Amino acid sequence: MRIPVDTVMVQQRAASFTRRSIKTKSKLQGLLLALSMIDLTTLEGKDSPEKVRSLCRKAVSPSEVQHDPPLPSVAAVCVYPSLVRVAKNALADTGVRVASVATGFPSGQYPIEVRLNDVVQAVEAGADEIDMVINRGAFLSGCFEEVADEIARVRVACGAAHLKIILETGELETLENVRAASNLAIRAAASTGPIEDGEVFIKTSTGKVSPAATMPVTLVMLEAIRDYYEETGVRIGMKPAGGIKTAKQALHYLVMVKETLGEEWLTPRLFRFGASSLTNDVLRQIMKQHTGSYCAAYDFSEA
Amino acid sequence: MTTNAQPDVAGWEYSPALESTKVTIEQKNKLFIGGKFVTPKSRSWFATTNPSTGKKLADIACAGKADVNAAVASAKAALPKWSRLPATERAKYLYAIARRIQERAREFAILETMDGGKPIKESRDVDIPLAAQHFFYYAGWADKLEYAFPGAKPSPIGVCAQIIPWNFPLLMAAWKIAPALACGNTSILKPAETTSLTALRLAEIFQEVGLPEGVANIVTGAGDTGRILAEHKSVNKVAFTGSTQVGKLLMRETAGTGKKLTLELGGKSANIIFADAAIDQAVEGIVSGVYFNQGHVCCAGSRLFVEESILDEVVHKLKHRLSSLRVGDPLDKNTDLGAINSKSQLDIVKGYIATGVKEGAQLHETTNQRLPSRGYWCNPCFFTDVQPSHTIAREEIFGPVLCVMTFRTPEEAISRANNSPYGLAAGVWTDKGSKIFEVAKKLDAGIIWCNTYNKFDAASPFGGFKESGYGREGGLQGLRPYVQLDTALGRKN
Amino acid sequence: MSRLTVAKTYKLYIGGSFQRTESGRSIAIADVKGNTAAHMCHASRKDFREAVEAATKAFGAWSGITGYLRGQILYRMAEMLEGRREEFAAAIQVTGSITPATARKEVDATVDCLVRFAGWTDKFQQVLGCANAVAGNFYNFTVPQPQGVVAVIAPETPSLLGLVSLLGAPLCAGNTTVVLGADANPIPTAILGEVCQTCDVPAGVINLLTGSKKDLLEHVASHRQVVGIYAAPLGKKERVIIERGAADSMKRVRFAAMQGDDWYDGSRVSSPWNIEPFVEMKTIWHPSAC
Repeated sequence: MRIPVDTVMVQQRAASFTRRSIKTKSKLQGLLLALSMIDLTTLEGKDSPEKVRSLCRKAVSPSEVQHDPPLPSVAAVCVYPSLVRVAKNALADTGVRVASVATGFPSGQYPIEVRLNDVVQAVEAGADEIDMVINRGAFLSGCFEEVADEIARVRVACGAAHLKIILETGELETLENVRAASNLAIRAAASTGPIEDGEVFIKTSTGKVSPAATMPVTLVMLEAIRDYYEETGVRIGMKPAGGIKTAKQALHYLVMVKETLGEEWLTPRLFRFGASSLTNDVLRQIMKQHTGSYCAAYDFSEA
Repeated sequence: MTTNAQPDVAGWEYSPALESTKVTIEQKNKLFIGGKFVTPKSRSWFATTNPSTGKKLADIACAGKADVNAAVASAKAALPKWSRLPATERAKYLYAIARRIQERAREFAILETMDGGKPIKESRDVDIPLAAQHFFYYAGWADKLEYAFPGAKPSPIGVCAQIIPWNFPLLMAAWKIAPALACGNTSILKPAETTSLTALRLAEIFQEVGLPEGVANIVTGAGDTGRILAEHKSVNKVAFTGSTQVGKLLMRETAGTGKKLTLELGGKSANIIFADAAIDQAVEGIVSGVYFNQGHVCCAGSRLFVEESILDEVVHKLKHRLSSLRVGDPLDKNTDLGAINSKSQLDIVKGYIATGVKEGAQLHETTNQRLPSRGYWCNPCFFTDVQPSHTIAREEIFGPVLCVMTFRTPEEAISRANNSPYGLAAGVWTDKGSKIFEVAKKLDAGIIWCNTYNKFDAASPFGGFKESGYGREGGLQGLRPYVQLDTALGRKN
Repeated sequence: MSRLTVAKTYKLYIGGSFQRTESGRSIAIADVKGNTAAHMCHASRKDFREAVEAATKAFGAWSGITGYLRGQILYRMAEMLEGRREEFAAAIQVTGSITPATARKEVDATVDCLVRFAGWTDKFQQVLGCANAVAGNFYNFTVPQPQGVVAVIAPETPSLLGLVSLLGAPLCAGNTTVVLGADANPIPTAILGEVCQTCDVPAGVINLLTGSKKDLLEHVASHRQVVGIYAAPLGKKERVIIERGAADSMKRVRFAAMQGDDWYDGSRVSSPWNIEPFVEMKTIWHPSAC
């Protein structure tokens, strides 16, 4: 289902969200919301159990400073499959979910059996959510059925775990490809059975390819979600990942979600930020709202 | 985890985000003649109000015949020296003016919003930057006119009377003064009655950069002031932006006088969306086409032609998009649509809306926002079931009102679009390149926006076909109205 | 016994064919000796209206063909005129105030004038139009396009060169034309129709009327289908009639300021800035991104 998308006008509309001025009460509200939507992420070759435990502590209590009322936890922690068990133990009874990348993240260039096994093992280790990557090589060479088929098989392998489908928009390059891939991914997931709100997400990027998430790419994906909702009444979730480092940017994204999809999507159940350094910048802004002055970098623990 | 029910989310309202910088305004604003601010000999003043509050902002001098005479005399006296200045020196004055506008950008933007009602977001991001760009662009042409008119020996015309409207006050002043001065002419500008303040502040910049006295004059006043100015014997050229009705009046008044005349008048521009367009972006284009600046735009895409097969989809998406437009205090940075410029304009717009309903079109009001009780406000709206013969489809409304009509084939779209005495602009939305070129070629309009709308630039010529006027502003072609050439039309024509 | 000559009847040239004025009126043209040289049609406002209809109908095709083809047609017009050099020279001298040498010089200059305009048809766009460097991701260019039906009001003298000098500008750009020929000597105007008929210029593109220009001025000025007027120097009273009448439909009006030898200044006559008033500048924007 290929529809035309005009890049320059998308850029113009995306830029218009950045001109909204979010102040005072609405700013604090937005910052708290953004914090609760973060998937705190570590996806490095050198990740180790202690690193993940440290991340999980941060995820549950992002700020050392006492707040009244207390700050929310982030939405989830996102790790490689081999560290899911560590994260699961560290986050037991906290309400913070465990998301695992799978399907041969980030490239996905492995036989389908290996990719599916990756999913199965991550789910068995206790992952609540699976972030998969689509087959970009197949997509860009026009093998759309193959791409859709693989997504369907991954959803089945997820069982009860929620599925986030990473399009890797930096490799898709054009907004038309992003829109087509969004449509394809949603319908492929739907082909295996009904979708509850938030059970399936589409996600921009792995964070390993530049450019990662951008406002224009996200807008196109939000529009795909909106049109799908109009058609079916099902709310698909959305996650921009990589490249969102500042609270200001996060607020722009929230404006974009509100004005494109409506306030129903302003919940971690339907929208996430894939980020790590964003957390501390959000905390700084929250502190500024409360105290009136800016914190130093060392005022917050590292993730 | 509940299934497909409404998630429990509290709403996220934007808090007020008022522009906080204060701008001082003179209580009594004088005329700018011969490089100085002078009291009007007419001893007459009129009030200017903030249309978002209805409150008076200041008094403005109302120039009478003696004042106009003084301004013209001043411009005439300044002409020999100014036109004989080495062209690069003229350029440097204009560059300096551009720079000053940029430096005082915030102040100008706030003043523009207070005086005219447009959102601060527009004044700040569109009007003031484009005004600065216009001076910067034409500064660059001042010493290169031989390349614009090779072999035709370009020379200045002389004293230019320039009359502008209230929809883009500072920008229109820039569109008039910059090319006039770049080509070695002198100018008397008559701002619109409801929006004089930014033009007068521009005069402060003329003083600051040391622009020679009399080169640019500002005479404020009402319609009569403009008429007296245009009819003045010593005026060599008249440039007018405003209604078609007044444009025709000026043509008749200047007949036989040898005065050069350029006109930039009304429009009822067609915005055409084909089924193979990028539809979400086309909807964005519809919105920026007709609701930008509250619809107070001569080139507004006020007649929407949608290919019949996508009508429902477009109307649905348009409604959704309009629901996020915010109407309110123009000084709030989150306001998308500000106040209507005046009570009289609001009455005109409301009158057309009523007529539309009476003639049988279907009105869709788009926002349910509570409008402020004071000031002049109109919620953006659109009509469907519009026939080409309806009044609202033929006459220029100049407000946030869109007429939606359909077509089946490109020929039909073109024919309907061209069926108007106006011909200012048009929009074409399709992903097919060859169709873009063909439709653009056949539309009788001076600006064709393809897969975009309401884009302006100092380098891009702007002006109409047919009764939308003649002459161009902007670009190389925008120099022509301000030079005399040596051709069959005369040694200096 | 001397042979009786078969005198030519001069008709109006409208919509590609010769026809008498619907009014039936005529004007006698006297020759040098005071004898009646010819009876010319005295065109009425209905003739003018018919000519405008013909020109309107012809505009789509004339403006739609390539500049190259238009140029070839104008060049052929020059060829046909060159071929009838002697006839035109004789026609110019009929009313007697022009010497044979001057008449021939006038015809030569007319041919050259057509040649110059023939060369402009696919080039004026490059001189008057351009690409514009706007500050954004947009491809932006300005193209000149013909306007529609342009009325040409020829000067009294030179009766052939003046007409063609004014005609050439709107014509080469793709406008269709209705010409009011000189009053005192309309014969070159009438014969020009024969040149038009033989040179492949499509019917209605050039329409030639004779009679009394004064009678038709108001109608020229007020006919809303006429979009432009290119007139020879006229008195102030006539200028006012034209400029006032033009206001209603916002016609683009220009008066040539040529006299005497000015008409022989080829580069001034064929300057692209004489074409410019009879084209509309259309600026086209398109975003540029993958």
